[in-house]
Amino acid sequence: MNKLQLPSYKEQAPEVAERFRKLKEREVILETADLTKKFEVEKGAVTALEKVSFKAYRREFLSVIGPSGCGKSTLIRILSGLETATEGSVLLDGKPVTKPGPERGMVFQGYTLFPWLSVKKNVMFGLEVAGRSRNGAEAEALQWIEMVGLEKFVDHYPAQLSGGMQQRVAIARALANQPRVLLMDEPFGALDAQTRAKMQSYLLQIWRNVDITIIFITHDLDEAVYLSDRILVLDANPGRVNEMIEVPVARPRSSKQHLNPEYLATKAHIESLIHPPGDDDDDTLPMIKLTKAGDEIV
Amino acid sequence: MSWFLMQKDLPGRKRLMLIITSFLLPLAVWSVISYTPFIWHPLMKVVDAGDSLYVEEGQRISISVFEQENQRLKESGGSVITGVRANPVYLPPPHKVLTAVYTAFKTEPRRPGDPWLHESLVHSIRVVFYGFMLSSIIGVPLGIMCGVFDFFSKLTEPFFEFFRYMPAPVFGALAVAVLGINDSPKIAIIFIGTFFQQVLVIANTTRQLPSPLLEAAQTLGAEGITLFKKVVLPAIAPHVFLDMRILLGWAWTYLIVAEVVGTSTGITWFINQQAKYRIYENVYAAILMIGLIGLFTDMVLAWIGRNLFVWTGGRRSSFFQMLVEFVSTPRDKTFSIVDKRGLRHE
Repeated sequence: MNKLQLPSYKEQAPEVAERFRKLKEREVILETADLTKKFEVEKGAVTALEKVSFKAYRREFLSVIGPSGCGKSTLIRILSGLETATEGSVLLDGKPVTKPGPERGMVFQGYTLFPWLSVKKNVMFGLEVAGRSRNGAEAEALQWIEMVGLEKFVDHYPAQLSGGMQQRVAIARALANQPRVLLMDEPFGALDAQTRAKMQSYLLQIWRNVDITIIFITHDLDEAVYLSDRILVLDANPGRVNEMIEVPVARPRSSKQHLNPEYLATKAHIESLIHPPGDDDDDTLPMIKLTKAGDEIV
Repeated sequence: MSWFLMQKDLPGRKRLMLIITSFLLPLAVWSVISYTPFIWHPLMKVVDAGDSLYVEEGQRISISVFEQENQRLKESGGSVITGVRANPVYLPPPHKVLTAVYTAFKTEPRRPGDPWLHESLVHSIRVVFYGFMLSSIIGVPLGIMCGVFDFFSKLTEPFFEFFRYMPAPVFGALAVAVLGINDSPKIAIIFIGTFFQQVLVIANTTRQLPSPLLEAAQTLGAEGITLFKKVVLPAIAPHVFLDMRILLGWAWTYLIVAEVVGTSTGITWFINQQAKYRIYENVYAAILMIGLIGLFTDMVLAWIGRNLFVWTGGRRSSFFQMLVEFVSTPRDKTFSIVDKRGLRHE
């Protein structure tokens, strides 16, 4: 078999390079400096994150990927303010983040719609908390519901919707607050492959049409490469920044690019970061043979 | 399809049949014992006392006594006792109990000034209601606070865990000493029996609140009181409602104990009184009545729950919607169901 010759993931076509140059000229929305998180356990402390620093520019799509146990969920929970860092700081528009707030919308992996509220009321939740009048909030919520294509389901309860639809409502609910960043913690992790692909395409469309910066946690390489401008690769134990990768795939993205050389090169590179060569040796099981001799299937 | 499939629901018709059978089966056993003279019937009911000096008409005597006495009468040449096989007086047949359910309400109390059956029932319901309401007014908010804040949980629950092992009835004498002999000590017993369980159960229910819901609300800007009102309360409401249904059942069971504290009152007094007069069908009728009231209350509460917490899978019936609108909207507005019907005709 011929070995596929891939370009380096660092080679960028002129228009891609131009995109990144412009992106970095934009203002920094979210910035972390030396974020460290230690969890107290019985025997001392476990370091989940160690000195994680990165910047996210306005309207950037930034993914965070890494092997399990690399602290990506911890990272996004700190960004949202649901947890506090042991050391280091998170700055949103230059101001430190100390607690959860509507300027950092969040979409969780599990379904977190309020089951007692209709789709419309769910999307209105943040607006009403912010003290908006009922009519104003309702009109605005309807716009966001239309944006995610669920205008036929405004009066449904979450339990009456499919998983994908629920996540679309969750996205609309977070966006209705017009946050500065949208934090997404493996939002499509619980969906089947087909729905997942559809949701990725919806998300890209929404992101293109709304002034929003997205921080997206995933463990799916394809998802990360397909969606992101840049990908932050974390190491595990402790979670450290391994590399910040600029994805050299041109926009607008489509699933046809999945076989482009620059796409494959990026994917192969991240793969090698997350699963270093030689790692595979570990996944052979000490199998006892229960088939007849000579009856091999491979 | 078979009737026996592991962990599979039966189809509607089979299920209905079984539900009806579950009531008919005990009734059938009771009827067989009551109406077939050769099954059980350990006594003889005297029809004609004959020459016997010991028995009288209508008396129930054991079969061996009956035979001995007749042997004696035969030997002395007198006319024998005649009788029919009968069950003890404490086991009246179903039809007698069913008629008693009706007639017990119509029967004047034996002593003037004693309460009628319906007065006894109302008295019992009132005692349960006050006890349960008092307990809930304090217990529900406290339980919820315990479920939300570890502060309240640790401040109260360890002691309540200990206290609930002291059965409420043992406080009867104390309650009378402190509160006198009227209804107050009875309400106190129901309160003690319900309150401590209530706080613990509701605290536990509140703790089941999925934390992602709280976190999601926080990232949407809710905090403090808003978080409590807009997320915690609606999220736990259907579960607390279910708890309350179960707790109300417990309060009912404490009623019987509470009613003999101090002076005997209410349905328990009625039952004891009827047992004294040996009118056992009235005793059964009263017991049946307690069961029916309990079942009825629970069914009404279940119906309210289905209508109130629609998102848990129920549907709001138009009758309930009308009730809600009757209470909540101005009098001059028409009911929405009327509006809908009207629009369709236009």
